Amino acid sequence: MVQRTLTGNNTNSSAKSADKNVPKVEKGTTKAHEMAAKQRDIGVAEFFAKNRHLLGFDNKRKSLLTTIKEAVDNSLDACEEAGILPEINVEIIDMGNDRFRVIVEDNGPGILKSQIPKIFAKLLYGSKFHRLKMSRGQQGIGISASVMYGQLTTGKPAKIISKIKKDLPANYYELHIDTQKNKPEIVKEATLDWEKDQGTRIELDLEGSYQKGSQSVDQYLKQTAIANPHVTIIYTTPKAEQVIFPRATENLPKETAEIKPHPYGVELGVLIRMLKLTPSKTLQQFFTQEFSRVGNGTAKQICENARIPPNTKPRKVSREMADKLIQSIKETKIISPPSDCIAPIGEEELEKGLKKEINAEFYCSITRPPNVYRGNPFLIEAAIAYGGEQQKEGSINIYRYANRVPLLFQQGACAATKSAQQTNWRGYGLSQSSGALPQGPITIAIHMASVWVPFTSESKEAIAHYPEIIKEIKLAIQECGRKLGSYLAKKKRIGDEFKKRSFIEIYIPHVAEALKDLIGISEKEIEQVELNLQEALEKKRGAIEKVGFDKGKNIEYDEEFAKIGKEVIKEAKEEIDALKGKKVDEEKELKK
Amino acid sequence: MTNVVKDIKEISKGIYNMIIKKKLPSLVMPIRSLQNVSYSPKSGYFEMLGKMKERTLAASTIKTFAQSLKMMGLSKELIGSNDLATKREAYYVSKNWGEARFNEQSESDNVMDDVEAMLMVNREQIGFVPEEKGGDIAGQLIVIDKDQETGKEIKIDCTKFGSGAYSIPSSVEELKFDTKAKFVLAIETAGMFQRLAKHKFWKKQNCILISMGGVPTRACRRFIRRLSDSKKLPVFVFTDGDPYGYGSIYRTLKVGSGNAAHINKYFCVPNAKFIGVTPQDIIDYKLPSHPLKDVDLKKIKDLIKNDPFVKHHKPWQKALQEMAKMKKRAEQQALAKWGLNFVIEKYLPDKLKDQKTWLP
Repeated sequence: MVQRTLTGNNTNSSAKSADKNVPKVEKGTTKAHEMAAKQRDIGVAEFFAKNRHLLGFDNKRKSLLTTIKEAVDNSLDACEEAGILPEINVEIIDMGNDRFRVIVEDNGPGILKSQIPKIFAKLLYGSKFHRLKMSRGQQGIGISASVMYGQLTTGKPAKIISKIKKDLPANYYELHIDTQKNKPEIVKEATLDWEKDQGTRIELDLEGSYQKGSQSVDQYLKQTAIANPHVTIIYTTPKAEQVIFPRATENLPKETAEIKPHPYGVELGVLIRMLKLTPSKTLQQFFTQEFSRVGNGTAKQICENARIPPNTKPRKVSREMADKLIQSIKETKIISPPSDCIAPIGEEELEKGLKKEINAEFYCSITRPPNVYRGNPFLIEAAIAYGGEQQKEGSINIYRYANRVPLLFQQGACAATKSAQQTNWRGYGLSQSSGALPQGPITIAIHMASVWVPFTSESKEAIAHYPEIIKEIKLAIQECGRKLGSYLAKKKRIGDEFKKRSFIEIYIPHVAEALKDLIGISEKEIEQVELNLQEALEKKRGAIEKVGFDKGKNIEYDEEFAKIGKEVIKEAKEEIDALKGKKVDEEKELKK
Repeated sequence: MTNVVKDIKEISKGIYNMIIKKKLPSLVMPIRSLQNVSYSPKSGYFEMLGKMKERTLAASTIKTFAQSLKMMGLSKELIGSNDLATKREAYYVSKNWGEARFNEQSESDNVMDDVEAMLMVNREQIGFVPEEKGGDIAGQLIVIDKDQETGKEIKIDCTKFGSGAYSIPSSVEELKFDTKAKFVLAIETAGMFQRLAKHKFWKKQNCILISMGGVPTRACRRFIRRLSDSKKLPVFVFTDGDPYGYGSIYRTLKVGSGNAAHINKYFCVPNAKFIGVTPQDIIDYKLPSHPLKDVDLKKIKDLIKNDPFVKHHKPWQKALQEMAKMKKRAEQQALAKWGLNFVIEKYLPDKLKDQKTWLP
């Protein structure tokens, strides 16, 4: 039983003092002394180096994807924040022996020279953790973790080029990460001429494996293109094929505001820390300045409910008082946080993206109004593609997005999947066993936008199960479901109408023939009877609308695009076949 | 050309003319249900009210419309060739109509009933006969029939069938009767009929026994009616003591049905009287009984509320209410509790004598 502590800021001084604090082991001392000798601080980088699966580096295939994902996410965030239409170059070069070189280059604002080492070679360093703003990155782990992974598996440094202005030279760095101290180690530093006006380029060597098909880099980039129609991605695969995802719109997503935390989302520990760090002079001021949606009236009320004078100095607030404040916040009515801090993809764009990917019979989409979980505003969007060239058997497909980033792993653990399972689809004409995903030719895209997306782990693969979030997702799915349901009802109605019309076709000759037997009319008269009946019956029924799947109707559909990430890999297929064979063998054995 | 063929042709011409005028033709026929009859105490049977339904040609009715015309065509053909077809045969003929064929005999029976009602004639007049048995006869009756080949008169003595019985044919219009019997006893079940026939109840009481075997067929009703009319004989009815025996068997025999109201006039026996088993009998004779099922109670409620015959007769309402109250029914055979021949020696003689125990 070895006790360990995890410290985020592993500075030199604390590392030294830690050494000092280890008591000397004397002869005849207790077991506790003995154990204490082994106890020491753990560097955060060290911790993640050992637990790299937490960051999405569980295996070679996923590591390659995670590295590209982190680099692309950062590039997109930077471009959007700077108001630049992103153009991202992604290149993977196969170096042999399961080693790959990854190059990601953007046209973003660039990074200041002094910041480059920390951003790329220090874990938990970033601009996004301490603020509440809708962005892809959150924790400041991703890209530095990739650098660390590359270093661990190949020993090679990350090579960074960044340029912030046309007339200035670009800065070039080769970086290692000191995993014990979580500090950048500069291997080489230089300036150079770069043909780009501005932007950042990262080049990383790492151990990985490249496959096509689902959960591949190809699929990730494609789904990114679907959810980010304003982005151009030029992608060169390890097989040296070039795929271009051109942007579909020149409009950047609406710029989103950064917001302060909402009192409802604050926990005791956080409140105590905020009270310590605030420059505010009084408690009332503290509440109005550090939180969103708190005016003087609300601040006073929070203090009064807690029976603490509003002019108390924040630093003088004790733990007990802070606890009372938390209670009083819960009892005080505070309006919801502002929603201008989140930008949806938009119903139209989301549907367009889906149309490009799937040639279906029916599409619909919905953007829900913003809602709040734990004081954080968020918004859910959903789109459905029904029928067409999709498989009729098997469960429905789900594309999940969080702040425009596709989520490819851990589908089963995600709030989006859970919500789809909890929705009753039978009313929309699909079969579904209870608690499972429905069966049918459906793809559903779900996007959660928020200033803080709660993930189940640092590798950001699944959205956590907050009841407010699940409820919103379900409402979004239901709204789409109702549209789908009414479409299917209409289709059935028209189908019935067709059946009735064919009924007419079938029985008109019988009426004519019976009349011939009854009153002996001539062939010509029979013809007249049939003609008149046809006319009289059809006139009454009116024109008929055409529904159903029309292959050429969806002009957005891009067959080449749709193929990406859907390839059935030969090896994988062999693997599956082998597994199936094994299963059969096992079953045979069991029978024996 | 018979009147029926003339009517069929006229209706068909009407339809043809509508079509030529580019209008949607329709067939008009009386509604065949209890809602469309009233009980007339004066005439003694269910008379039609004259509510009509119109089957206008539309997408949803075109199949039945075509079938109705086909059925009329078949009828015309049968009459023309002086032939008859059973209801089942007609159903099989339709198998040759392609898409317009019937899938079940109940469908073809229904269309046949529609055509019959539309032309306001009896089924036999449009060439169709049922294959159902008319009923069995034993007792003091000589039926005068004709030999089917020679046309010579045949006298059938209904006392001479031993342990068997004379069967009522499906067409009874040409039969003549000779009898000295005092009354006709119509019995619901074959079992009770056999007991009475075996012990020559008809001889002891000088009567004619008729087994109806459930709801009496048209032939059976017509036979009893003609017999009763021509020989001025009273008719007594003996059924199980349950809502079905009262509301379906007795009621149909006496005043006819809602389904073929246009011919009730001929197919009813208005002078029939109900002698048992009445609800009061169940009490008086302490008969072994069965509890009423939900469907029985529903039928009682329906009779009291909707049946014009019951609605007209207070004693029937009282009897049915009594039955509903005690929630019991009793079969004819339940009388065997007091001995197998109790029904012959005691029950029937007593009941026949005491008018007060009858129901109208």
